[in-house]
Amino acid sequence: MASRKPVRWHIAVFLAPAVLVYTSLMIIPLFGTLAQSLFNKDAAGERVFVGLANFARLFGDALWSDAFWNALANNTWFFVIHMLVQNPIGIALAAILSTPRLRMAAFYRTAIFIPTILSFVIVGFVWKLILSPIWGIAPGLLDLVGLKSLFQPWLGKEETALTTLALVSVWQFVGIPMMLIYAALLSIPDEVIEAAEMDGITGWSQFWKIKLPLILPSIGIISILTFVGNFNAFDLIYVAQGALAGPNFSTDILGTFLYRTFFGFQLQLGDPYMGSAIAGSMFGIILIGVCLYLFGIQTRLRRYQF
Amino acid sequence: MTRKIRLALLTSTLLAGPALAETTLTIESWRNDDLTIWQDTIIPAFEAQHPDIKVVFAPSAPAEYNAVLNSKLAAGSAGDLITCRPFDASLELYNQGHLADLSDLAAMANFSPVAKSAWQTDDGSATFCVPMASVIHGFIYNADAFEQLGLSVPTTRDEFFAVLDKIKEDGTYIPMAMGTNDQWEAATMGYQNIGPNYWKGEEGRLALIKGEQKLTDEPWVAPFRELARWKDYLGDGFEAQTYPDSQNLFTLGRAAIYPAGSWEIAGFNAQADFKMGAFPPPVGAAGDTCYISDHTDIAIGLNAKSPNAEAAKVFLEWVGSPEFAALYANALPGFFSLNSTPVEMSDPLAQEFVSWRQKCQSTIRSTYQILSRGTPNLENETWNAAANVIRGAETPEAAAARLQAGLASWYEPQK
Repeated sequence: MASRKPVRWHIAVFLAPAVLVYTSLMIIPLFGTLAQSLFNKDAAGERVFVGLANFARLFGDALWSDAFWNALANNTWFFVIHMLVQNPIGIALAAILSTPRLRMAAFYRTAIFIPTILSFVIVGFVWKLILSPIWGIAPGLLDLVGLKSLFQPWLGKEETALTTLALVSVWQFVGIPMMLIYAALLSIPDEVIEAAEMDGITGWSQFWKIKLPLILPSIGIISILTFVGNFNAFDLIYVAQGALAGPNFSTDILGTFLYRTFFGFQLQLGDPYMGSAIAGSMFGIILIGVCLYLFGIQTRLRRYQF
Repeated sequence: MTRKIRLALLTSTLLAGPALAETTLTIESWRNDDLTIWQDTIIPAFEAQHPDIKVVFAPSAPAEYNAVLNSKLAAGSAGDLITCRPFDASLELYNQGHLADLSDLAAMANFSPVAKSAWQTDDGSATFCVPMASVIHGFIYNADAFEQLGLSVPTTRDEFFAVLDKIKEDGTYIPMAMGTNDQWEAATMGYQNIGPNYWKGEEGRLALIKGEQKLTDEPWVAPFRELARWKDYLGDGFEAQTYPDSQNLFTLGRAAIYPAGSWEIAGFNAQADFKMGAFPPPVGAAGDTCYISDHTDIAIGLNAKSPNAEAAKVFLEWVGSPEFAALYANALPGFFSLNSTPVEMSDPLAQEFVSWRQKCQSTIRSTYQILSRGTPNLENETWNAAANVIRGAETPEAAAARLQAGLASWYEPQK
């Protein structure tokens, strides 16, 4: 008798811890939140099913929708700054680091990466101090080079506060794209580079024509990580500007808007139902963004086998 | 399983007898500044009388307190004693069944109806927190600087701005230490500080609640107009100046006047090495009745789900006693006891603040009772509006119109 296929228990056993932890910590709360966004309180304070009424209120009632669109616009700007500043700088740094002739590469690599492992609280406070018009070293440093007149209380002005905070965040996280691209650059086989050199492609044109196409998939991954990270951001704004995301809500992003609504702030009581509706919208926005990337961009990226 | 453990615990308590029958009470609070005072002064005094009860003071950061507390209460992990914010924040907790009714606590007799009003149901039938203290708004000034510049304490608005002009002209000191970064100072130490003189304290506040006055009426817009004038007297870069920045500017002697709440007194006494004085918000014309914000600010209640309710009530009775009042008011000058028994205070600055109760009419912050119940939240909107007005980003009239529109959108009497 031919032996029956044994039940492969080990697969279930090895999967179980991850599945259990992920389900209980991520999937159940996620669906719990999404479900909660369909409920609200009635006049007697009982929880009742209201369908999409919370979303109708969020997008239809000017009190809520103005705040929501403001937060979304600010969040988008926050993301744009990261894409335009953080990722190009990260790629450039990685390109420079991977030049074999650079001395002390390990030191630079570590120094640039260190801010990434700092807590948001530290980064927020340090930059608040640096930029403080009263105690900060920024006015003094600008004075040294005769540019004192350029100094402004950047974090306190509606026009500049969000961009300043986005740049602080760039400063903190530029190490991540740098490391990922650096690793991608190192994994390009020497034969490819040698072949390019044989054909007379060196220096910058080698970077543009050979290396960049080979690291495009990594850049794609970085973009999507940046997107998800930025649209879930909260900590830096909260530490630097507080939950009211001043001045005049100019630094309010979806995360701070969610926090204020869900948990309440000062005399404003928390509203878990509207908070869940905002959380659900954030989830939708991120989902759409990730899907656009996955189906619109990633499938078109050409991959190279070595 | 739990039952077994409970049983085991119960037996062990019974067996261990009185030696181990010690209850530990945990206090939730936003006053993290007061940690040492509770640990070194207040709790030891209580524990000396009640050796069987241990008290732990476990504060969280002021701005996060309400959110943290609400989550803890919802999760059932909150401490036995809850420090109560005034009015709706605590009323909502009571309505949700998180705070116990304390109306029949004997110590409640020690408090006037006004003192209790911040922690009662709207009809006054149940009181759910034992009142601890109120805070008074005014201006603290650097007396040495005033002497050096030959300035006298202003009593009218014209004198106030004349003083500010002189300080600015001289240039040694920043006339006024306040920033708009954190927003709440603009509303609390700005609008609510100078406002009562315009809206005549309780008269205006109650008229607003009844719907007889609107936030766009002159008495409610005028304080914004005065705030807009403050801009010229604040330090460079005040837009990014935080609350601790302002405190430090003043205590380091770099600013002459600090729009204050009396809760600053203890900290300022410790930090500043110059003589300080205080004056109430200046009035329109000499001889006008002055109004001060004497805000019922802090009380303490009982977590309805506390397993140690009996011990907690013993503690609350003590908090309502004159003994606690004297201890607290002197340990924390600037938090003025709400107890009917007068308390002797030794701190001169605190005495100055509390003396205004005799010559001025007291009121509480206009946005706290009832008016911050809906969305948008009037108190939070006022922070934003006051900060905008000082920065010059919004005119006083536009700010007032926006607040009125927000309030009218949900508050029936204002529609």
